[in-house]
Amino acid sequence: MTFLLEAKGMTKRFGGLVAVNNVSFGVGAKEILSVIGPNGAGKSTLFKLISSFLRPTAGEVLFRGERISDLAPHIAARKGVVRTFQETTVFRNMSVRDNVIIAHHLRSKASLLGYFFATRQAKEDEAAFGRSADEILGFLGLESIAGETARNLPHGHLRGLGIAIGLATDPAVLLLDEPFAGMNHDETMKAVAMVRKLRERGLTILLVEHDMQAVMKISDRIVVLNFGQKIAEGTPSEIQRNDKVIEAYLGIEDEAIGL
Amino acid sequence: MSISRRIIAVTAFLILVFAVIPILIAVSGRKDFYYTLSSVALLSMASAGVWLTFHIGRINIGQGAYALMGGYVSAILVMSYGVSFWWTLPLAGLFCALASILIGLPILRLRGVYFAMVTLVLTEVARLLALALPVTQGAKGITSIPLPGAVEVFGLTLVPDFTMMENPRIAFYYLSVALMTACFALMHRLVNSRIGHICMSLQQNEELASSIGINIAQIRVIAYAISSFLGGLAGAVFVAATQSVYPSSFTVADSINFMLNCFLGGLGYVFGPMLGTLVLYFGWNLLFETGRFQLLIYSALMIALMLVLPNGLLSLGTLRKER
Repeated sequence: MTFLLEAKGMTKRFGGLVAVNNVSFGVGAKEILSVIGPNGAGKSTLFKLISSFLRPTAGEVLFRGERISDLAPHIAARKGVVRTFQETTVFRNMSVRDNVIIAHHLRSKASLLGYFFATRQAKEDEAAFGRSADEILGFLGLESIAGETARNLPHGHLRGLGIAIGLATDPAVLLLDEPFAGMNHDETMKAVAMVRKLRERGLTILLVEHDMQAVMKISDRIVVLNFGQKIAEGTPSEIQRNDKVIEAYLGIEDEAIGL
Repeated sequence: MSISRRIIAVTAFLILVFAVIPILIAVSGRKDFYYTLSSVALLSMASAGVWLTFHIGRINIGQGAYALMGGYVSAILVMSYGVSFWWTLPLAGLFCALASILIGLPILRLRGVYFAMVTLVLTEVARLLALALPVTQGAKGITSIPLPGAVEVFGLTLVPDFTMMENPRIAFYYLSVALMTACFALMHRLVNSRIGHICMSLQQNEELASSIGINIAQIRVIAYAISSFLGGLAGAVFVAATQSVYPSSFTVADSINFMLNCFLGGLGYVFGPMLGTLVLYFGWNLLFETGRFQLLIYSALMIALMLVLPNGLLSLGTLRKER
């Protein structure tokens, strides 16, 4: 299997602490891959390494065979690897629609000066961004809140807006940072359905998550981290039966990992 | 605002500054207002630059450095190299913009109070440099700078020679106000175009902005360069109007005032710095009557205003709309 996005021997040290230690895995096109692990296992660090927000101490991230791990985040985004944030990270003082419109930046054909002088290309861009933003908001069922200011939104909608912003960049791989955190059962089920729809759009999804039930339901494959190391990789059913994983999660009730 | 209302507003503004105010000054005989209002116009340009750096989420207390730099560039070019004042205007702006790119590349990575502190120091560094460098002639400064000459294109006199005028202050008034009008027209367009929205996205969340592919380092430097360009331009005209420049022509206090002008007018409004400069400049002068209580009353009023109107004077208009 050739991978669209591949992490090879990823290692990140913070001083004496090894947050991520020699982790390798790959994500195939249109796959949903989840990275899970107990608190402090290095999930967030790995997430930042893959999205180029941190530089690895050793190892590399390859996207379509090209090394992206030393690039600035906006260059990685331009290549097609885009991350979302946890809920509070939106443009708080803009309307929901403006949030999504601004996120179309990578699709701009006009230059900055073109926007200043409102050239024909700039006007076409703006019109296209508006249409696309409406389409994305409709796709995610957020059209009713398009005019709201982002800071007034409830949690669930903020998460949706985060995904809408990610979608607007037209990524090949979307990295989701704990998309189900803080959600109740119903909200989680809706969000799971939403992530599935993203894959149907042709996206490859890599997500980092705590919520076991949701992860088991949604993932094609799962990578399990513990103390910065990969301890297991496989399909949800393989992971559920993996002794090392059960051991790592010991102390958490069995239901929590979907047994 | 609809297009027709906008045309009316722009026309009214132009008539006010180019016709009504000169007529009022002529009728009242208060010729000193030409100088005062030119100063307000120039200071509001420098403040507009500061406002733009606020727009990308940076507190800029260093505009005085660029105003001083622009002033010296113009003065030195005129005095030592015999360049026409009119050429030194854009050159002073460009020099400041280039300098700000070099300075901005490292310091714009800083955020919040750290950036503010560095820019504050920048003003002081500029003053000390002006004292130390041979080309700026130290504490003596550069004085007796000739007034701007005429601008002629193909024998057609666009701008008459300032030295031939009975009162060059009037000419400086028109020059300053014209530049201010152009500056705010440019700023208005900038902020309402997609560039303004990109700047705003930086102000609200730089990480998110970079995750959607915006080159945040580039946008920051561009905004800072435009800001410094305006500061340099204002400084150059100011120096020409006073015909002299000293290391203390623009100090830390001026830098702080540029920032306060933005606060007072309103950080959310392009025209905030213009109104803020006008109110602050005249407010300070009016308080002169109170003698030694001037600074005390002034500070108390500023604190009160920021508590009551945290979004600036221009938010009064929107407050009424919301009710």
